[in-house]
Amino acid sequence: MLPLEDYLIVDFSQFLSGPSASLRLADMGARVIKIEKPVTGDICRTLYTSDLMMNKESSVFHTINRNKESFAIDFKDPKELKTLKKLLAKADVVMHNFRPGVMERIGLSYQDIIAINPKVVYAEISGYGATSELKDKPGQDLLLQSLTALTWLSGNKQDGPVSMGLSIIDMLAGAHLAQGILAALYRKTVKNIGALVQLSMLESAFDFQFETITTFFNDGEELPERTKSNNAHAYLGAPYGIYQTKDGYLALAMGAIPVLANLLNCDALNQFPENKFDLRDQIKAILANHLLTQETKFWLNILEPADIWCANVLNYEQLFAEEAFKVLDFIQEVKMEDGYTYQTTRCPIKIDGQIFKAERGSPKLGQDNERILQEISNI
Amino acid sequence: MKPLDGLIVLEFCQFLAGPSAGLKLADMGARVIKIERPIKGEACRQLSIKDLFVDHSSLLFHTINRNKESFAADLKNPSDLALVKKLIAKADIVTHNFRPGVMDKIGLTFADVLAINPQIIYAVVTGYGNKGPWAAKPGQDLLVQSLSGLTWLSGRKSDGPVPFGLAVADLMCGNHLVQGILTALLKRAKTHKGVLVEVSLLESALDIQFEAITTFLNNGEKLPIRGDVKGSAHAFLSAPYGIYQTKDGYISLAMGDLSIIAKFLDLNLDQYADKKKWFICRDQIRNLINIKLQEKNTQDWLKILQDQGFWCERVLNYKELNQQSFVQELQLKQTIINKNGKQIVTTRNPIRFDGELILNSKAAPEVGEHNKLINAQFINQ
Repeated sequence: MLPLEDYLIVDFSQFLSGPSASLRLADMGARVIKIEKPVTGDICRTLYTSDLMMNKESSVFHTINRNKESFAIDFKDPKELKTLKKLLAKADVVMHNFRPGVMERIGLSYQDIIAINPKVVYAEISGYGATSELKDKPGQDLLLQSLTALTWLSGNKQDGPVSMGLSIIDMLAGAHLAQGILAALYRKTVKNIGALVQLSMLESAFDFQFETITTFFNDGEELPERTKSNNAHAYLGAPYGIYQTKDGYLALAMGAIPVLANLLNCDALNQFPENKFDLRDQIKAILANHLLTQETKFWLNILEPADIWCANVLNYEQLFAEEAFKVLDFIQEVKMEDGYTYQTTRCPIKIDGQIFKAERGSPKLGQDNERILQEISNI
Repeated sequence: MKPLDGLIVLEFCQFLAGPSAGLKLADMGARVIKIERPIKGEACRQLSIKDLFVDHSSLLFHTINRNKESFAADLKNPSDLALVKKLIAKADIVTHNFRPGVMDKIGLTFADVLAINPQIIYAVVTGYGNKGPWAAKPGQDLLVQSLSGLTWLSGRKSDGPVPFGLAVADLMCGNHLVQGILTALLKRAKTHKGVLVEVSLLESALDIQFEAITTFLNNGEKLPIRGDVKGSAHAFLSAPYGIYQTKDGYISLAMGDLSIIAKFLDLNLDQYADKKKWFICRDQIRNLINIKLQEKNTQDWLKILQDQGFWCERVLNYKELNQQSFVQELQLKQTIINKNGKQIVTTRNPIRFDGELILNSKAAPEVGEHNKLINAQFINQ
């Protein structure tokens, strides 16, 4: 039995944030029906983040929409809207990530849905909430990273703003929306009431930085300062960072400097008996020079037995060759209705020892129309 | 009425991943009780950034553990352990992030706890799962980032590996733990049986890379290659995607039509008209845009480009961000107050239920602050 079996989720969301939430719910057993515009569908189908096309559609779309059904319907047409509403009346969850006002204009606002389905969980992600200044702006990941100052935490001091190189705010907003939906579904099992769940990418970006923003508010508003080299966290002292070695790289997370001086046989470090935060640039520079002299394996063999927190730095090719990765069984092959197969990752959560894999690939636009229309006519 | 009202969570977790999940559950209405060593308490109490302390505990601890209670107990002491077991009998959820084997020694494995409370949800955070050669490795954020391939996505190609400057593996793992626990509650509602939930930092770090990993798996295993111009923002995206310097600051440009950029920046990009070149020649194109953007102030460029519907934004720092009117309008800050009346300004939970913000001024507890209350309510009955 899958834990979310019997839940029906009707998902109007596009791109990344909303669909990443419904993917999680689908993997844990919910039935997810994607509502898409006929002809074009989810804009993400043609959003190419790489030059890679898979079965004529973008790799992002395939990654994020597997294990879902597609129902193509022109909900701006009153007759079709009426049909769709019959499905919405049966849904446990209705979710979307349109900008504020769009669902109201279509006639599918929270008020409209509870009129036909009083116990629905209605969930929405916006870019910036209903703020007067920003509500019509595009909720795009890089723009959110830039606006919320996230770009001053990664990279080194002289690098200028450095963004995190994947759509992290989308992922966070999706993760938070899934939490909100699940919490509301739990309350429904206890109190038998529905819910309106709302969040914005802006709020998720704040939540992600709760430690550093709180520090800023409470230390006299000093801005974060990254180290000159080997930065991994603007607020942490040496040695925290990644260092180049003779044949690769070494990540070093903690360790008292005199202990490191001794273990690494690095005399120059002995001038820092106290690990002062203000001296981290100098300490890192000395470490960086010294670690270049040997191979990564050499350093790991010294540091790991001494319980110093350190690791090799791997790329995908190296990681996938590791036994530790293979035992996770993290890659799965999925199959589309037309027989096209592709490999992708699985859900990261295990429940009762069960790994959630699902063979079904992403849907072709409208592939489930006939069956869903039949189900609607039987309602 | 908060969605998790009435639920009791016993948090044996330390540091960030598990406690960040506990904070989310607390904000959504659960009663979260930290089970801590007497006197010293959770290790994170002494872990500070910039040496900032609120009372006996660091600001960092306060940020992660507000809105919780504390029950001090020495799990190696049989009489304390007996009290904790009584508490487990009344709880809904137990979370821990001990390394594999520790709970076996204490006698609080899933099987042990299930024997006390057959409907318990037992949620475990590990670094790398509980089998395989990395199972005993320290589950620390930077190490997990380094092992997971994540460091090859940010910054420039010539920078070497660039980690995310926040504990992203910990925080995503905390988010996944919340999802797992809530899903387990729904399962329990149907089966009336206890549920085991497991997450790991490594799997969470891989999950956020699902797009990049899927691309790698289906393009003949070509590794992602970052651009090599300052402000490169995404290994897979074409020009103009990235951050640029202007006369007085920085501006970020999202994906968009280069011909629009060329027209409104008054820039000749004719030789890159073929869309394929937007990716292959992204460094050359971005260099040309970079030179042009330094001619005017950010605000001037924003006006020009946003009027054309182009997706672009200012690059703010915390000081500038804090001055934006939307911080007040959306109530992105809240103030918590500790026992001595000391105020701490922090962020709030991002989710709103039924139109209500989740705000709570309750500060993190002192070690064992709630022993008396909890003894009276649950144990000495």
